[in-house]
Amino acid sequence: MDTDVSALHLVLSADPALVAIVRLSLEVSLSAVVLAAVIGVPLGAVIALTRFYGREAAIVALNALMGLPPVVAGLAVFLALSHSGPLGKWGLLFTPGAMIIAQTILVTPIIAALSRQTIEDLWAEYRDEFAAMNVGALGRVATLIWDARFSLVTALLAGFGRAAAEVGAIIIVGGNIDGFTRTMTTAIALETSKGNLPLAIGLGMVLIAIVIVINALAWSARRAGERLAG
Amino acid sequence: MRAPVAELPITFDKAQVAVGKIIILDDISLKISSGAPTVLIGPNGAGKTTLLRVAMGLVRVTQGHVTWGGRDDVAPTRRAIMFQRPVMLRRSTAGNIRYALKTAGAPRSNWERQMAGLLELVGLTGLERRPARRLSGGEQQRLALARALARDPAVLFLDEPTASLDPAATKAIEDIIANVAARGVKVVMSTHDLGQARRIAGEIVLLHRGRMIESGAADTFFANPKTEEARKFIAGQLLV
Repeated sequence: MDTDVSALHLVLSADPALVAIVRLSLEVSLSAVVLAAVIGVPLGAVIALTRFYGREAAIVALNALMGLPPVVAGLAVFLALSHSGPLGKWGLLFTPGAMIIAQTILVTPIIAALSRQTIEDLWAEYRDEFAAMNVGALGRVATLIWDARFSLVTALLAGFGRAAAEVGAIIIVGGNIDGFTRTMTTAIALETSKGNLPLAIGLGMVLIAIVIVINALAWSARRAGERLAG
Repeated sequence: MRAPVAELPITFDKAQVAVGKIIILDDISLKISSGAPTVLIGPNGAGKTTLLRVAMGLVRVTQGHVTWGGRDDVAPTRRAIMFQRPVMLRRSTAGNIRYALKTAGAPRSNWERQMAGLLELVGLTGLERRPARRLSGGEQQRLALARALARDPAVLFLDEPTASLDPAATKAIEDIIANVAARGVKVVMSTHDLGQARRIAGEIVLLHRGRMIESGAADTFFANPKTEEARKFIAGQLLV
């Protein structure tokens, strides 16, 4: 009971250490989702609308990568960014930048795979009308992404959920450095192992609250969009 | 009346469409010229939809030739088609028409004026902001018609434009078709409804099992059908 009260006090008093961790977590996860969306949505659209040799294999690979183990992604990014790795000169290892890269790698397949399915379904509906209106390839992609935007929100939410809850990859490439690369999930893992349960529970409360609020906002945006656009 | 355009006549010369070993249209020789609406009739599977799609330029023939104004390379900028089950874009009524105007290359500065005219023509004024997918079936058909007309077509293809509509909605569509035809747009449409064919057609084309059975002026066709199939079809007997 005392632990819960202490956790609540940390949250309600906006404890500076807690706030810093929350801010960094949001910066990393939201940046990763934005980057993954920029890559994943067009990638999904291209796979949905084009026919090429190996397309089925690409779809299977994309779907499989949705379950990519975070520690494997973290290890791959660690090796690439380490001093002797191909991208070692960037000096990103154990920085928030490395964490964003790792999370982007984890989230992109989710957004791309879900976008592909969404856009392909809409494409099946629109195909004849596009042909009748003589819409070019770029126009088709832009129209499908725009008209599917409220459905694509679900893909972005799935990506954000993955990023926000992820700990394995960012602890490898970020190092969980206090005040620099410590996020909510890595801090919860660390503080729990140290027995500092109030901070761990407080961060857990905040994490759950953030996920609920973002989902609620996205849901509201989707419903409003459906009312306006059908 | 509109000046003659490069789209007409649309000429089918021994045209065939096959998918694998299945022949959908066979040995079609037909000339569609300017004037009163041409109506394609025939039972299900006769090839009416495929013939419309070929004439629109959406489906290529596998044998024979199709030409528009004597050429086979005319871009379909002055042709428009409304499908039997038109798909509404996930936009408002106005958004659907704006999209059609944009893809037709209409100057942006004219969009609002053109949209107002089209909505008035199809009787949807006041529904600009309603999501298109929430319109009734008849309203969606009329919006699809407005979207097709946004292309300022010389030839308008309509595939069963009143299928599954009630009599009031059917009349609304037929009135629009008559209005459009009176403006000089060549209307080519398919229908199951012989009564509708009598009301609208200037020329009739009867199709059965992918072949053209008979074609000619509507009055002559209904008064003096030349073939047994045409007599049966007009009499309401089943063509199998």
